[in-house]
Amino acid sequence: MARPAAGEVERRVWDALTRVHDPEIPGLDIVEMGVARQVVVGRDGEVEVVITPTYSGCPAMSVIAIDVGRALAEAGFADARVSLTHSPAWTTDWLTPGARAKLAAQGIAPPVGTPGGRRALFGEGPVVACPQCGSRDTERLAEFGSTACKAMYRCRSCAEPFHYFKCV
Amino acid sequence: MDQGLFSYLLRQGDSCLILGHRLSEWCGHAPQLELDIALANIALDLTGQADAFLGLAAEVEGQGRDADALAFHRDVLDYRNLLLVELPNEDFGLTIARQFLFDAWQVEFYGALARSSDQRVAALAAKGLREATYHERFSGEWLVRLGDGTDESHARAQAAIDELWTYTGEMFECDALVAGLVERGIAPDHRGLKAAWDARVADVLAEATLRRPADGWMQSGGLKGRHGEALGHLLAEMQFLPRAYPGARW
Repeated sequence: MARPAAGEVERRVWDALTRVHDPEIPGLDIVEMGVARQVVVGRDGEVEVVITPTYSGCPAMSVIAIDVGRALAEAGFADARVSLTHSPAWTTDWLTPGARAKLAAQGIAPPVGTPGGRRALFGEGPVVACPQCGSRDTERLAEFGSTACKAMYRCRSCAEPFHYFKCV
Repeated sequence: MDQGLFSYLLRQGDSCLILGHRLSEWCGHAPQLELDIALANIALDLTGQADAFLGLAAEVEGQGRDADALAFHRDVLDYRNLLLVELPNEDFGLTIARQFLFDAWQVEFYGALARSSDQRVAALAAKGLREATYHERFSGEWLVRLGDGTDESHARAQAAIDELWTYTGEMFECDALVAGLVERGIAPDHRGLKAAWDARVADVLAEATLRRPADGWMQSGGLKGRHGEALGHLLAEMQFLPRAYPGARW
């Protein structure tokens, strides 16, 4: 049987990667999060998937790497290699519009503003709209939340607390 | 083996690892739940940065060690962290003051290191810079709250700054090891980070109504493996499991 063309293999690998989810943000797959960076198909059909951590110490990374290996094996690429890169550094800019919509639907406000820009100490933070009622009258409760990628906010209109996906 | 680069990476990895461990000691003990979570999150970022720097150090060394081997199977004298980060947590004021002095330095340092001629090093610095920037905002805001807070919090924050000040000089040392890497374009001259750090610190101390101590005699030695008593106790706890059960996995 003829080996499938590299383009076809690549498409099937990306397809398999969309079935891998971040264990800490249910519903979001690693492709729309920008965690899956690259699929390399070698001359002999060997497959390498390159992933990058959202935060240096993100404890989900090892689970994600294992899940990627499993998803690829299920898709017929049992020998695929999973490697890690730190460059370029992950940024919330890589979240796709679909991923942002899913975050909001889960009650997590998607990142606002320009990452990398140094917000002045005590300067005005970004206006984060409440994912429950849409109000822009919200306040930050804490810079850090239940996972490395989130901060805690509260809506002054509907009084609901909510998570905000930190902008980096 | 590139001994200079290896040693330099150990310094960065060790400082991140030891400070990360110190912060993790607050887990379950911080004054508020939000602060508990914040300190644990910063600890996690720093431990992740340590993992990356030590992993690269192991790769440069090429002796088959990995980040875990470097973290858990070296003794006090082999550690190359800044003395500042090994100091015991004492109270929340000292923890925050130490964090801010370090964060303000790390933001400047990573910003400069991100222009390293070694692409692997530059990548880790660029990654860490985003995290350090976020950490500095947190520690800076809290230093202001404490300094410009009650008489008690002000007194403790000032005492912490006074006590820690002699440990800040080490961040700007440029010994023969650093100088060699500066020549190769791998490392920034650490002395060049001082002016920008001073400006950052002066801004926040002023806002916090805290007095900036005068620069005088500075502590030194951590980067060369000469540590205080506290580091041995920290390592005894941090390294216990892999030492007692070598190769343990879960």
